[in-house]
Amino acid sequence: MAYSDKVIDHYTNPRNVGTLDKSSHKVGTGLVGAPECGDVMRLQIEVDDNNVITDAKFKTFGCGSAIASSSLATEWLKGKSIDDAMAIDNMDIVEELALPPVKIHCSVLAEDAIKAAINDYRVKNGLEPIELEKSHH
Amino acid sequence: MNLPIYLDNNATTPMDPRVLEAMIPYFTQKFGNAASRNHHFGWVAEEAVDYAREQVAKLIGATEKEIIFTSGATESDNLAIKGVFEMYKDKGNHIITAVTEHKAVLDACKHVEKLGGKVTYLPVKEDGLVDLELLEQSITPETILVSIMYGNNEIGVIQPIKEIAAIAHKHGALFMTDATQAVGKIPVDVNADGIDLLALSAHKMYGPKGVGALYVRRKGPRVKVTAQMDGGGHERGMRSGTLNVPGIVGLGKACEIARLEMDSEAQRLSAMRDRLEASLSELEESYVNGNVQHRLPHVANISFKYVEGEGLMMAMKDLAVSSGSACTSASLEPSYVLKSLGLSDDLAHSSIRFGLGRFTTDEEVDYAIEVTKKAVTHLRELSPLWEMFKEGIDLNSIEWAEH
Repeated sequence: MAYSDKVIDHYTNPRNVGTLDKSSHKVGTGLVGAPECGDVMRLQIEVDDNNVITDAKFKTFGCGSAIASSSLATEWLKGKSIDDAMAIDNMDIVEELALPPVKIHCSVLAEDAIKAAINDYRVKNGLEPIELEKSHH
Repeated sequence: MNLPIYLDNNATTPMDPRVLEAMIPYFTQKFGNAASRNHHFGWVAEEAVDYAREQVAKLIGATEKEIIFTSGATESDNLAIKGVFEMYKDKGNHIITAVTEHKAVLDACKHVEKLGGKVTYLPVKEDGLVDLELLEQSITPETILVSIMYGNNEIGVIQPIKEIAAIAHKHGALFMTDATQAVGKIPVDVNADGIDLLALSAHKMYGPKGVGALYVRRKGPRVKVTAQMDGGGHERGMRSGTLNVPGIVGLGKACEIARLEMDSEAQRLSAMRDRLEASLSELEESYVNGNVQHRLPHVANISFKYVEGEGLMMAMKDLAVSSGSACTSASLEPSYVLKSLGLSDDLAHSSIRFGLGRFTTDEEVDYAIEVTKKAVTHLRELSPLWEMFKEGIDLNSIEWAEH
């Protein structure tokens, strides 16, 4: 199976690899997936007082498509409001990276990671976690 | 050095130019049907097939009448298992095999189960070897066949074939072995080893694809299999179908070359493999899978913990290897062979198989070491699991959301 140019680009030059201070109340961390499934994503966001995501970082254990999906997600998150970030759909990632059907689960995981990070941030700041409408698994 | 580098010689091997040279006349000038008994063209083809039969037989210590040409090891495995089951059904209906066998054996056994047969799938020990005591305990008066592979395709471990054959024979069962990965790489002798049926393939030993053979013992005991392909009664009635003369000539030549060069080649390959393995073992948290004493000279299967195999292969640009991870398959299930060694799923997902071959050079191995080390290091920088490991977090203490 050949990878799309965009997957190769994100894989070769991943954006925003790294770690934010997870103890900070401004930082939300989402850790999704499982080692035995071959995919684990950790996505972190830093949010300012206006509910805008000012920074995003990731680390991913997984295939090229999983790494590219999380790299793309961090790129999209920066500068977005929490509400806009919540609206990112896995199919947007599939489309942007031209993921084949067997790799759609990578995009699902990235969407789950975004939502998990946002909810972690909300809970830390005394807000109710947002109930997720759809369950992918 | 030309890129990309092929290090997947357990999947298939390039054809040796000497094999190709031997085959070429049999496509155009010497194109006869080996079954045409009444003219020159048929005789020439038949002579070539007979010669190849001798070349194949000689490699495994058999006689030429014991060699049945097939389309490859998958067909040989099917013919042996289904053919023995059908031929000996009055004697019993039980077959014993192992969980680490190739799918051709496992699925032929599943077919036998559908036909009313009983199959025992033996587990293996942590090093990939069959437990001989467990094997003996599993034999019943109904057992007609024990089928255990010679060398494993994923991890390269060599089973104690002689001992397994002796146990089978002690209880009146036949012994068959899928020797696809072993024949031509290490000495295999059907008499010394006590093998009754043996499957082999040309394309794993620098011959062409689409041709293989089944060895069927003729003396002590005389073994018979029921044909699975009906037709003109070729191959002593055991496998009908016009013989693939150029392919068979290629298989014969490949066997001859392997026999003559095996000793020096096995030494060269195992030295290269050991060097590769030693260098890659310098990386923290890397584990060699399978028994390291009893194994084929050209295979190294290594897990690099905290990186995922498919992602790793993508970073090992210009290296053709394979992984026990199966991120592309719908099931997302990692290698059943590695899992049967008791490897956790995450280590199975982190495995890479290097298969060296006749045309692999030292320079290529050096390059592979360098690229692999870089790739593992790079991907660990991206891996949240590596970071947690480095922080001393026990990954088993985390509640993972399995998906």
